[in-house]
Amino acid sequence: MTKVTASAKLATICAVFFLAACTSEEPVAPQASLPPATTTGPTGPNAPTSTIVPGSLQDFEQNVGDRVFFDYDGSTLDQTDRDTLGRQAEWLARYPNVVLTVEGHADERGTREYNLALGARRAASVREYLVSLGVSAARLETISYGKERPTCVESNEGCWQTNRRGVSTIRGGAAS
Amino acid sequence: MLLRKSSFIRRWLGPVAFAASLLAAPVAHAALEVRVDEGVSEPLPIAIPDFIGINPDASRMGADVANVVRADLERSGLFRPLAPTSFIENITDINVPPRFGDWRIIQAQGLVTGQATVQPDGRLRVDFRLWDIFGEEQMIGLQYTATPENWRRIAHLVSDAIYQRITGEAGYFDTRIVFIAESGPGLDRRKRLAVMDQDGANPVFLTQGDYLVLTPRFNPTAQMIAYMSYINDRPRVYLFDLETGRQEMLGNFPNMTFSPRFSPNGNSVVMALENNGNSDIYIMDLATRTSRRLTNDPGIDTAPSFSPDGTQITFESNRGGSQQVYVMNADGSNVRRVSFGNGRAGTPVWSPRGDLIAFTKIADGAFRVGVIRPDGSGERVLSTGWQDEGPTWAPNGRVLMYTRTLQTGANGVGGGSQIWSVDVTGRNERRVLAPGDASDPAWSPLIQ
Repeated sequence: MTKVTASAKLATICAVFFLAACTSEEPVAPQASLPPATTTGPTGPNAPTSTIVPGSLQDFEQNVGDRVFFDYDGSTLDQTDRDTLGRQAEWLARYPNVVLTVEGHADERGTREYNLALGARRAASVREYLVSLGVSAARLETISYGKERPTCVESNEGCWQTNRRGVSTIRGGAAS
Repeated sequence: MLLRKSSFIRRWLGPVAFAASLLAAPVAHAALEVRVDEGVSEPLPIAIPDFIGINPDASRMGADVANVVRADLERSGLFRPLAPTSFIENITDINVPPRFGDWRIIQAQGLVTGQATVQPDGRLRVDFRLWDIFGEEQMIGLQYTATPENWRRIAHLVSDAIYQRITGEAGYFDTRIVFIAESGPGLDRRKRLAVMDQDGANPVFLTQGDYLVLTPRFNPTAQMIAYMSYINDRPRVYLFDLETGRQEMLGNFPNMTFSPRFSPNGNSVVMALENNGNSDIYIMDLATRTSRRLTNDPGIDTAPSFSPDGTQITFESNRGGSQQVYVMNADGSNVRRVSFGNGRAGTPVWSPRGDLIAFTKIADGAFRVGVIRPDGSGERVLSTGWQDEGPTWAPNGRVLMYTRTLQTGANGVGGGSQIWSVDVTGRNERRVLAPGDASDPAWSPLIQ
């Protein structure tokens, strides 16, 4: 499974394993399976396949998925999020040297201090779930950025959904 | 982390001694007054000719000072400085009473005359008089002296004296704003700690934008700033000493500390501390550096602000299911919710007068700055933006500033952050001048 396009891989996972989550539960969170930040290259049948080093940052971002998305003012994980984090936990078990910082982010539609607290809550949700799946807590730091680091700046619900996120960023130990 | 001392900051923010002397006995009663608590529909027409000077240097400074006074008073919304081109009498000697009839013709109700003098020691001296045109009486005669580079402070002190004499309330013009200067695109925003005068003049950047900084607040002497910094990717509360330029992490907490604010006596900082995702409110004594936990709740508790008498703290919490404003005793006891309007309520800040709590009201798709009484009654919404948040009070409790975030359109067009101000009555909403985009304003007390 070293040579797949990100979209093909994610689509397969979605279709085969998590059909329910893909079809009905989250009509407003399409980014859960295909976040914009990872769709940097061309996709589709004619897209070139990339060579991704197993255990690398790219492997994690493209084949596993580095982020989950939250409801407005929410910090609970839905099935799609748990599936993403399940893949992260498996990957982390395979690459035991990798250490992560889980970033918690909020959309712009909250006051600054509250969003810092909310981001911390989201990061903690991700961290706690990964720990429950067997990832050592010592490998997981958290940081909240509140609404300070959006990935999308337009003032509309589509952007806000994308920004309400928990991102597992590799701090070290990945293959290069 | 230690920054180099900035002689500019020291000179600018260092204490300045002003000599003020009363040149005329105050009159027993003056008809000229503005009652700020009542509906002021018409600002008071006031004439402020350029202050005179005996040589070109002094004349230029006199004109500059009068300009700043006019702008201060106009911005308050309570005064309407008349166009100097309409003036009939040409003031040549401030020690001679003006020809009141000449000023009545142009419908001035107040007249400010002044003189700037560069003394032999190089210091700038400004003498000024406030005249009641209809009462034909002098209301103020004062003199200020300072080094010439502090000429704007002299002008603000003149404005404060006029404002106080006519409204009966303390002024707020000789004050500063600490804020976050913003630049760069929305996806790569650069934020710098900055201070400026309340009218946007004399901006100074205290950090260079290589790490994120947020929510600065002055201590009661305006010499210290508490703020949040992401330096070394560790979001913590820091102190910035304006006298020395020294930055220092406040305490040594394992997790994020944020939303700091000084106690009214300046001896402690109340702030939020995050632990395993949960935020609670703590207070740290600045002398002993010991901290004490004030809230212990699984909900979000943050944005604390002391009452001016130091006995109570207002804060925001979602413990009841949504973000709302609460009040507790300063020791953490007797927590009660005080916001009960529709929607959410956050960022409460106690007025320096103690009579109101300003907050951000989130309802019907808009963020607005509003006020409530500390018992939760009398809610009034003051601002009109799409996203206004984070109010701060002028030291006299009459005016608020806040952050206005603009809506960003398709392809990232528009957007940005500005500082706006509004009178506590809800009138006179206007943008505050700042060097570029700006957010998180916090008003200083009156400079001593």
